[in-house]
Amino acid sequence: MKWDWNAVSDFMPHFWDGLLVTLQILVLGSLVSFALGLVWALLMRVPSRFVTWPVGVVTEFVRNTPLLVQLFFLFYVLPEWNITFSALTTGVVAIGLHYSTYTMQVYRAGIEGVPVGQWEAATALNLPLKRTWTAVILPQAIRRVVPALGNYVISMLKDTPLLMAITVLEMLGEARLFSQQNFQFTEPLTVIGVAFIVISYLASLALRALERRLAH
Amino acid sequence: MPTDTPPNPETSPERSSGELIRFEQVTKRFGENTVLDHLDFSVDAGKHVTLIGPSGSGKTTILRLLMTLLKPDEGTITVDGKKLFPASEKERREARKQIGMVFQQFNLFPNMSVLRNITEAPVTVLGMSKDEAVERAKGLLDMVGLADKCDARPSQLSGGQQQRVAIARALAMRPKVLLLDEVTSALDPELVAGVLDLLRDIARTTDITMLCVTHEMNFARDISDQVLMFDAGRVIETGPPEQIFNEPENDRTREFLSAIL
Repeated sequence: MKWDWNAVSDFMPHFWDGLLVTLQILVLGSLVSFALGLVWALLMRVPSRFVTWPVGVVTEFVRNTPLLVQLFFLFYVLPEWNITFSALTTGVVAIGLHYSTYTMQVYRAGIEGVPVGQWEAATALNLPLKRTWTAVILPQAIRRVVPALGNYVISMLKDTPLLMAITVLEMLGEARLFSQQNFQFTEPLTVIGVAFIVISYLASLALRALERRLAH
Repeated sequence: MPTDTPPNPETSPERSSGELIRFEQVTKRFGENTVLDHLDFSVDAGKHVTLIGPSGSGKTTILRLLMTLLKPDEGTITVDGKKLFPASEKERREARKQIGMVFQQFNLFPNMSVLRNITEAPVTVLGMSKDEAVERAKGLLDMVGLADKCDARPSQLSGGQQQRVAIARALAMRPKVLLLDEVTSALDPELVAGVLDLLRDIARTTDITMLCVTHEMNFARDISDQVLMFDAGRVIETGPPEQIFNEPENDRTREFLSAIL
């Protein structure tokens, strides 16, 4: 096996395309999972079984079925009901939805971790419930959960290649395409492997910086 | 000063003109354990009342019921003629405006500056303008001796300083009643005096009604008009502090005081 630098330079234009798509999936998927996970976590606190039961069943179902199955389902089954999105949009929705069922548990722990004295102080000051959530509880809960959310971002990064299965050309998709056309596997796969490590590392640095900023 | 008639569970207590807080036949149970047992008592406006008694006797439960952090199982609680229990959520919110509370663990909001801890509720609950709220908060911080800590975070303050901010925060809502729940028990000994001196000043210079659960008997003696001795969910003795501390009539009171003094 020889290492061919020409193959690397031939692959680079495709690599940049793939990198851009991977980062899009990661950023948009994270935002979807952060937002949706918070919605699930808050709905689970509504004091009515008519809310918590369906939310609990749906999120339990999504969490316990494989992401790949969900990707195929959204990509191939929804169009039969005349619901069609681009492959990338479908992938972002699927990965965001899947990870929201994990982030909801992170938020739940964060919310439950806010000392009961904070709720009592809010009651003593007669703060309305909505204001108690937005000004007192959530800012403290979210600060607590940033490290755990960050870990799911890195986890999600490692799941982005699954989108290849629904024709999204992210980094692995580009590498595979290049390999099949040029019969050179080592170089493109090595390049994207290194790219995954670099992105993970940068993400963890950013996360640590954010944690420090949020400390009070 | 100490002119209150002792609450008498046998007869319905008469409504004096200045009556601010009233418990009628209030029962509170935690599981099998009855903490308050058909309790009747009232507090007149402007009085400083200290609740003493062994732990588990129901003192803190009374403060927590008044702050609506707990619900009674039976009975009615009124504040300034407004129903706290039984009442709709809306009535309860309205009645609760009269009451402020200072907690053992301070419970400042760690995500807000000291100043915003104090302005948050006046702005969002009382609808005060931001400028006015800030000005008043600064006045209160000045009063509690922390004028230079406006922009600090609670975590940057000592326990005693945090508790003084918590007192300022409670007073910013201009409550008629201030509930003090063992406000010095979590403090290092050298910080206790500063907080107690502040409360003595407030007791002397304002007409706020205070209900105080404390183990600081000297403080209780100083500021109280009336001391209520609790045991097993009932008031077993009541009177001015000189009488309770110097010539207690009840054996349980004597026992309790000799154990802690």
